[in-house]
Amino acid sequence: MNSMLLILLMGLFAGCLGAILGIGGGMIITPILTIMMGLDIKYAIGASIISVIATSSGSTIAYLKDDMLNLRVAMFLEIATTVGAIMGALLVGLFSSSFLYVLFGFFLLYSTYNMVRKLMDKKGENVYVGHDLIVDKLKLSNTYYDKSEQKQVDYSMKNVPGGFIMMWAAGLASGLLGIGSGAFKVIAMDTIMKMPLKPSSATSNLMMGVTAAASATVYFFNGSIRPDIAGPLAIGVLVGATIGARIMQVLKPKIIRMIFIPIILYMGVQMVLKGFGVNL
Amino acid sequence: MHEEMRKVELIIGKILRIGVVTSEIVILIGIALYFLNGSGYTGSFPTRFGTIISGIAAGKSYAIIMLGIFLLILTPVLRVVVSIYAFYKEKDTMYVIITTAVLIILIIAMLLGYRS
Repeated sequence: MNSMLLILLMGLFAGCLGAILGIGGGMIITPILTIMMGLDIKYAIGASIISVIATSSGSTIAYLKDDMLNLRVAMFLEIATTVGAIMGALLVGLFSSSFLYVLFGFFLLYSTYNMVRKLMDKKGENVYVGHDLIVDKLKLSNTYYDKSEQKQVDYSMKNVPGGFIMMWAAGLASGLLGIGSGAFKVIAMDTIMKMPLKPSSATSNLMMGVTAAASATVYFFNGSIRPDIAGPLAIGVLVGATIGARIMQVLKPKIIRMIFIPIILYMGVQMVLKGFGVNL
Repeated sequence: MHEEMRKVELIIGKILRIGVVTSEIVILIGIALYFLNGSGYTGSFPTRFGTIISGIAAGKSYAIIMLGIFLLILTPVLRVVVSIYAFYKEKDTMYVIITTAVLIILIIAMLLGYRS
């Protein structure tokens, strides 16, 4: 009873944070389950993947209702992530995983630097509204209502091919290394494609569930998903994600960025160290 | 154009909610039964369709939770399927094609996953 309650509470927290940032929450759940509760890493990864799906579906209900996400961007970029994920799964073993950890780790550190620069920018969170051939052709520009600033924000984006390649790499990383790719998805939309942070996070939430569904079937049928852990976790995360999706909408984009930065910094350092054989 | 998109989003949202609530209810029933009668298994749990179905028929809590989790895994797939229908209703042919491509890739990935 106690451990189920603990898992439920952990899920509540991970789901809430994941919904706000557009990440899966595996980085919170895996260490708690393995280090604090002494669970085999196999079951911790199975639990994380369920957490990703629960965060995604739980928050997406709210983000669809409140018109926060960009469905066209999600579907278009989803082609890149899913193809990347399949290629990653097929190529496992052909590449040195330590090299990949270092590569993706350094990319996260570089993104941290970019995000800090954006945070320090005196002009604040400026919204890109220019025109772009691909954006117009794919009808990607959209609008959302920012509750924290109480205004409708019309936005466009640029560099769609760059975002597409980044999404493919994110899918590849998740297939090859078994890591979640929510953070990479947010970076692709926010930093590369210049989408505003809130729709980037909401759209990442939508996408990561689709990407995770494929790997979740693997874990489900090979026995990595334990009912006594994944069951209460799913309930906690679903409730947490619903709450998180509400909180995110009233937060200022700057605040969301301030929460995001230390998390990708931590992930980046952890991945680089892992590449050099040091486990945090 | 944005008005059309709103309709698409609202349809997807409603159906997704049905999927999520269903999986939540099934998992909660399983957890409640676990506290009443225990897991129904000794040191294991069902992971194949056959054993899950026979477990549910016998009212075993772990089998019911596994069903709920499987339903949850299907919710993103449901979202893609409904999106195709919603784009079709809005006569957005380009996105019907894009979303169908996503569904096909996803199904291939899931089948690869089931085999490995």
